[in-house]
Amino acid sequence: MENLQLIIPELFISLMIMFLLIFGVFKKNSSQIVYNLTTLSLIAALALIINLDAQIQSSLFNNSYNIDSLARFMKILLILSGIFVMLSSSKYIQISKISKIEYPILILCSILGMMVMISSNDLIVFYMGLELQSLALYVLASFNRDNLLSTESGLKYFVLSALSSGLLLYGCSLIYGFSETTNFNQIMVNTKDVEYGLTFGIVFILVGLAFKISAVPFHMWAPDVYQGSPTSVTVFFALLPKIAALTVFIRFLYIPFYELGDQWQMIIIFLSIASMVFGAVAAIGQKNLKRLIAYSSISHMGYALAGLSTGTTQGVQSSITYITIYLVMNLAFFSCLFMLKRNDEYYESIEDLSGLSKNHPLLSLSLLVVLFSLAGIPPLAGFFAKFYIFVAVINEKMYFLAIVGLLATVIAAFYYLRIIKIIYFDPEKEKFESKHNLGLKFTLVASTFFILAYFIYPSGIVDIISQININ
Amino acid sequence: MNFPILSSLILLPTIGALFIFFVRSSNSQYQSSKYVALFITLANFFLSLYLWIVFDKSIVDFQFVEEREWISGFVNYKVGVDGISILFILLTTFITPICVITVNATIKNRLKDFLIAILILETFMIGVFCSLDLVVFYLFFEAGLIPMFLIIGIWGGERRVYSAFKFFLYTLLGSVLMLVAIISIYWITGTTDVIKLYELGIDSKYQNLLWLAFFSSFAVKTPMWPVHTWLPDAHVEAPTAGSVLLAAILLKMAGYGFIRFSLGLFPDASLYFVPLVYTLSLIAIIYTSLVALMQEDMKKLIAYSSVAHMGFVTLGIFTMTQQGIEGSIFQMISHGLVSAALFLCVGVVYDRLHTRLINRYGGLVSIMPKYAIVFMVFTLGALGLPGTSGFIGEFLVLMGAFKKNILVATIASLGVILGAAYMLWLYKRIIFGKLINEDVKKMVDLKRFEIVTLWLLVLPIIFFGFYPEPLINSIEVSVANMIDMNDLDKINKLALGE
Repeated sequence: MENLQLIIPELFISLMIMFLLIFGVFKKNSSQIVYNLTTLSLIAALALIINLDAQIQSSLFNNSYNIDSLARFMKILLILSGIFVMLSSSKYIQISKISKIEYPILILCSILGMMVMISSNDLIVFYMGLELQSLALYVLASFNRDNLLSTESGLKYFVLSALSSGLLLYGCSLIYGFSETTNFNQIMVNTKDVEYGLTFGIVFILVGLAFKISAVPFHMWAPDVYQGSPTSVTVFFALLPKIAALTVFIRFLYIPFYELGDQWQMIIIFLSIASMVFGAVAAIGQKNLKRLIAYSSISHMGYALAGLSTGTTQGVQSSITYITIYLVMNLAFFSCLFMLKRNDEYYESIEDLSGLSKNHPLLSLSLLVVLFSLAGIPPLAGFFAKFYIFVAVINEKMYFLAIVGLLATVIAAFYYLRIIKIIYFDPEKEKFESKHNLGLKFTLVASTFFILAYFIYPSGIVDIISQININ
Repeated sequence: MNFPILSSLILLPTIGALFIFFVRSSNSQYQSSKYVALFITLANFFLSLYLWIVFDKSIVDFQFVEEREWISGFVNYKVGVDGISILFILLTTFITPICVITVNATIKNRLKDFLIAILILETFMIGVFCSLDLVVFYLFFEAGLIPMFLIIGIWGGERRVYSAFKFFLYTLLGSVLMLVAIISIYWITGTTDVIKLYELGIDSKYQNLLWLAFFSSFAVKTPMWPVHTWLPDAHVEAPTAGSVLLAAILLKMAGYGFIRFSLGLFPDASLYFVPLVYTLSLIAIIYTSLVALMQEDMKKLIAYSSVAHMGFVTLGIFTMTQQGIEGSIFQMISHGLVSAALFLCVGVVYDRLHTRLINRYGGLVSIMPKYAIVFMVFTLGALGLPGTSGFIGEFLVLMGAFKKNILVATIASLGVILGAAYMLWLYKRIIFGKLINEDVKKMVDLKRFEIVTLWLLVLPIIFFGFYPEPLINSIEVSVANMIDMNDLDKINKLALGE
């Protein structure tokens, strides 16, 4: 029974999923109520996780499910982002006519899958969580089924993701074949010498994971899916799966295969450099804001991977810090996107931002802060995120990676500046609506304030993250 | 001294900016915002003046040092001043209120945003000059890009977008390598605290690469030939107040950085790269002076003259002699005043005729006599006539250079002649000559606020020209200490084979 106490948050969410399904089916026109109940149950789940003992370090179910400080922190991050996504997109799904009871329930399913991924300490458990979140995401991507782009993006994501899941599963089977176990800790014990099959297994699993966080060269789905999905789903895509996949990356590389660092380090470095450079270059020509942010997130994932590639605790901590700040920046950016509404229609092209600063000074100011922060200009939070990564990278004497990464930030600065130019230097267009719901406003203000004020007390987050125990 | 006077200097403009941001101005002229900005910048000026008075010029150590934990166990927020940085802080707090006064005539739209940008920029500029930690320095150094980008981009001229992008990306590209170097220094020595680094020193096997990384950033910002091309664009397109701040203060950040970091932290590498810096400085002095001669646009001419003057500064710093370094610092202060004044003068006539082309003017002496007088002073200051502050700086730099290398000094002296040529020719074409343009006849002489701002700049230029003692006094001990501490003299002698 003690085991069950530790997974109360997961149990609670699964029960809520079932309850909301039944409730939604039996009560007519209950989509709004279900949506709000979902938000509430996420808040309750957050409280349950925080309520767990922070120092706890235990493995459940035959050592296949880990409840430790890493899982705790990542789950808090995950559910917090989930809550903010729900808060900011409630109006959007009503206006885009995708307010159905399935929508919030699918989000809950996906979050449950991610929580399982985060805690997994076994290849099978990890795969189960991965599929649970992916299946929910396929449906979410094509949720606006009357829209051609949305269905296309759902299908594209499904086909490519299924392929990558297949590769991943194949990698799992190879590893099982060469180490006779699926448990992460057991794999570490059983794999003292390097065998080709094992290396292949690692590579296949890394491919699958790289696909999930859209690292180059497995990024092809990201721009289309980001653009095609409803914006409320895009923001979900941009934030939550990255947290889960990064956690699995950390667990996978730093528990079973930590000893084989020289086998996977080059792969991660390659993924990192390719993502940073490609993401920065490809974003230059984009005209759609969602597509642009897709490339920008590819590039950001490159930086997070750079931290992982160091193979040190410090590197992992810098990656976690990076992803935390990345989440806040993207949340702020998407909140701004949700505000570009006129006559019940949402605008998402860069040109629509033209001269925004004259009609909406506050909204433009937040966009300015967010964009400079995404570009990594001090003293905004985005600079510190990159700073920690480079501190970790340079400590390992990986100067090439650091210099390429920094040059990529200069390229990336160009397209962020281009948006700022359109907002601030170009002639104004028609006004957007200035009335927004409270949740959206709160999300934007909170995230912008975080970005702006981060430099005053940068130690806060770093201190929390440095408590996380990796091994 | 418990009162955190430097932090107050840094924070005060930001508080003012927040105040302007949150308080709604009752009328459309933003009268109250202007007064708030003026009040804040003046308060900052008097605060820094007070700092200069209580500053003990005979002590070598950094004074008014404040240290707080910032990124725990890694970087501390540390600020302090010595005789060198205090002058730049004074320059900053002196120039900023003048910029605030000029907005009356030059900024037609979104005045409130402009004042906020200037105040935020002042925070970053002061921060650069008093930070005693490499990371804190980098933070302020880079952060200044944001307000300047907006100042050029929003309130600039026709090609403002191009210029703003060029300014931002050039500087950013130069600076990222500095960040790598700063983090490397942390891993090599275990600290980024400048005072500790001065004591520890950096192993000379690392110095060359680190020096180059810092150089890439400072060379772009100075700007040195051949990475100076962003400057004329940025100057031409920026509004008057923007050009003034850019020329008077932002360029000095790099010169200050050369002294504080390149010389202070990497003395061996600095010596090793002396020929490189000499060459680039001489090219800057001669080549850009020639380019300046050919300009049709007044602002561009002054921008190129800035590059040439900054060439003297880099030359002086890397002579690594007492006179050379003092001369460079003096030249930077003097150039800060003179170039600010020249850009203001261009702004004055631009507001009336809306063109910066030199051949559209001519014969202003009979229409605007008051203007002709102040412009004369600044022209002479720019070409370094004895009796103006420009002379002292150039003279000391050349003296330092003669000590080291007669050929270099001779070529640099040619630059002085060229400088006189383009400045006097500019003056002749604008102020004298025939009144041909009908529109020029309608121009009115200086208004009251223009007289105030311009004469405020005339006074120190002439005062320090005749009596440089206060400035020299302030920097003497610090410069001597810098030379002693790093054994620059000894290194020099070894290099010369003495």
